[in-house]
Amino acid sequence: MNALIDLSANNAVGDFVRDVLFPNSPALAWAANGLLGVAALLLFPVFLGAPFLIWMERKVCAHMQARLGPMRHGPHGAVQTIADVVKLVFKEIAPPGGVDRLVYLLAPGIPLTASFLVLAVVPWGANLQVADPEQGVFYVVAVGALGLLGFLVGAWASNNKFALLGAMRAGAQMLSYEISLSVLLLLVMLLSGESSLREIVLSQRGTVLDWWVFKAPVVGPLAFVLYLVSSTAELNRGPFDLIEAEQELTAGYQTEYSGMGFSMFYLAEYVNMTIQAALVSTFFLGGFLPPLVGIAPVDAALAAVPGVVWMVAKTLAIVFVYMWFRWSFPRPRVDQLLALEWKTLLPANLAVFALGMLALAMGWILP
Amino acid sequence: MTETFRQKGTLPPGFLVPVRDGETDEFFVNLGPQHPATHGALRLVVRLDGETVREVVPHMGYIHRGIEYQAERCSALQSILFSDRFDYLTAHMNNHCVCMAIERALGIGVPERGEYVRVIVDELTRVSSHLIFLGSFGTDLGGTTCFLYAFKMREAITQVFDELCGARLTMNFYRPGGSSADVPESFEGSVRNAVKTVREGMKEWNDFLTGNVIFQERTRGVGILSAERAIALGCSGPVLRGSGVEFDVRRKNPYGIYDRFDFDVPVGSVGDVWDRYMVRVEEIEQSLRIVEQALASFPAGPWRSKERVSWRLPEGSWYAEAETAKGTLGVFLEGTGKSDRPWRIKVRSPSFSNLMALDEMCRGGKVADVVACLGSIDPVIPEVDR
Repeated sequence: MNALIDLSANNAVGDFVRDVLFPNSPALAWAANGLLGVAALLLFPVFLGAPFLIWMERKVCAHMQARLGPMRHGPHGAVQTIADVVKLVFKEIAPPGGVDRLVYLLAPGIPLTASFLVLAVVPWGANLQVADPEQGVFYVVAVGALGLLGFLVGAWASNNKFALLGAMRAGAQMLSYEISLSVLLLLVMLLSGESSLREIVLSQRGTVLDWWVFKAPVVGPLAFVLYLVSSTAELNRGPFDLIEAEQELTAGYQTEYSGMGFSMFYLAEYVNMTIQAALVSTFFLGGFLPPLVGIAPVDAALAAVPGVVWMVAKTLAIVFVYMWFRWSFPRPRVDQLLALEWKTLLPANLAVFALGMLALAMGWILP
Repeated sequence: MTETFRQKGTLPPGFLVPVRDGETDEFFVNLGPQHPATHGALRLVVRLDGETVREVVPHMGYIHRGIEYQAERCSALQSILFSDRFDYLTAHMNNHCVCMAIERALGIGVPERGEYVRVIVDELTRVSSHLIFLGSFGTDLGGTTCFLYAFKMREAITQVFDELCGARLTMNFYRPGGSSADVPESFEGSVRNAVKTVREGMKEWNDFLTGNVIFQERTRGVGILSAERAIALGCSGPVLRGSGVEFDVRRKNPYGIYDRFDFDVPVGSVGDVWDRYMVRVEEIEQSLRIVEQALASFPAGPWRSKERVSWRLPEGSWYAEAETAKGTLGVFLEGTGKSDRPWRIKVRSPSFSNLMALDEMCRGGKVADVVACLGSIDPVIPEVDR
């Protein structure tokens, strides 16, 4: 089974740079490949990923609400988002009076920066990853939490009471759910015995049943569902979008942002969603591995599809689930959301964690 | 602002709860007049201690158009037109109430068929208004998807009105003594279709929103209004019935031919947001029952009493009240005996009285509860301001 998955294949662009452009200078090839990687990392999500997701969200939302959504620009409104981005770029950034200007202008960049830093370690394919630090899981937890800072300082700097309430909620909500997420990531890390994201994916080699969502009976599915719920809250997406809760706080932390400031926050939300979905598929759904079913001819066909296609497909499926959540549920109140975390999710996560550890110690699950 | 009112030792206008000594700083937030959740140009000044609401003061008058005064400049017949603009979601019922006042003043009777048309159309209006409440209430709680599902159901009813009088919002259909025209051929069919659409739609609706855990968490035990306070504050309609008071003008003081139909008056038990919501959900079914009963015995014959030549109002004053979707609508009419223009028209609007209960519902809750409570009162701001 594992023989079907070819890990040696490098990406075509990297090979081209190494073998054709700089055949005699490994250092230059390394540098050029690094720059290309970073550029791709920045350009791909900004110019392709986020606009697509925003369009997808509008379409998913519209069809769930018995509407059509954008239909005018391009087939089924495909380039609507581009038009919106162009509009936002040309919009005036209008800081209100009494604003801490420096912080106000810097804040929108922080969540986006944090998102890109996490994106660097996401394994999109067996060899399609900007960096693969040994302590990948810890890196994800540490760097991912930076984004909160942007929401907090942006809201505090913008001298607005709605933003202040939004920031208050952001602090309470994101910090609380960070704990749940970390516990679950730790669980998968310990189950697989690896802390590099690429190695965690490789620990799930085999059929679909070897993915962590199925491989660890009871613990796996539970952890998967709990992770989906906790990450929805961590992403500040509906139904847990309390920090921008339109009906209560107009736009919460971003009330006073317009033009690019607003679009940076907006972009960060979608990049974050991609990252969380990618992490779900990395940790639970076998990442870039094809969903082998154990029937030889079918598996051969499935394995022939490049890993990046599987990774993107799984990520999009999880993104769809997030959108499904958002457009189905009403929003809980802030105290209910925190009670859910501290009284229900966190104890449940710790119980699942303990169960997983017990299973591991007793040898019921093999890493 | 915090320092300012502390230094002065005074609170902004309307706030009654005294300032507490101690560490906590309270602050004031304006919800409205431009805010996604205030259902129109209503300004709520909310006094907050962190997320906890201490006091809410509604500021009204942003859409005051002087409707009562304008109506006094017109003949009684023309004044029906203005009643469309009180609560634009229940235009037919407002028309009905004004027409009843004029009918009492001039001693006009309504033929059998005319009364049946009024009952059917009024009850459909109630359903349509409650459907808008359902849609906007779901949206208030963050479930934006609900909105168009309610509107899809309502569309079937709006179609009936469209065929009836050509209008979809400001109907201006009733006249003293009946209505401006007979119902079209397609009337009964469209009404049956509307009843069927709403019945089926409400099943889907209850699966989607009413049974939702988050929705129940957000509404149960929130914004409790006791029966005594609801009566003392002059609440009516679903707000009063949600608090457990079985008061419905159709039952207690029947107008038109409401005494002939068999329907229940749903009441709540706790007086929270959930009860007010469920009262409306039940009322939709009860209204559909009335419509079906009326259709079953829909008579033929004249739809309007004989046209009058003179509309001069005699000297005296008359009062008519009707149960609209929002509560008890009262129209007071005074004539001088010299003109067809009323000397005074005074409207008792249910939304205005119900809105007064908002402060009591919200105290001690969170910011999100203000939105839930306001939504559960279902105020239409043009009716509050008139």
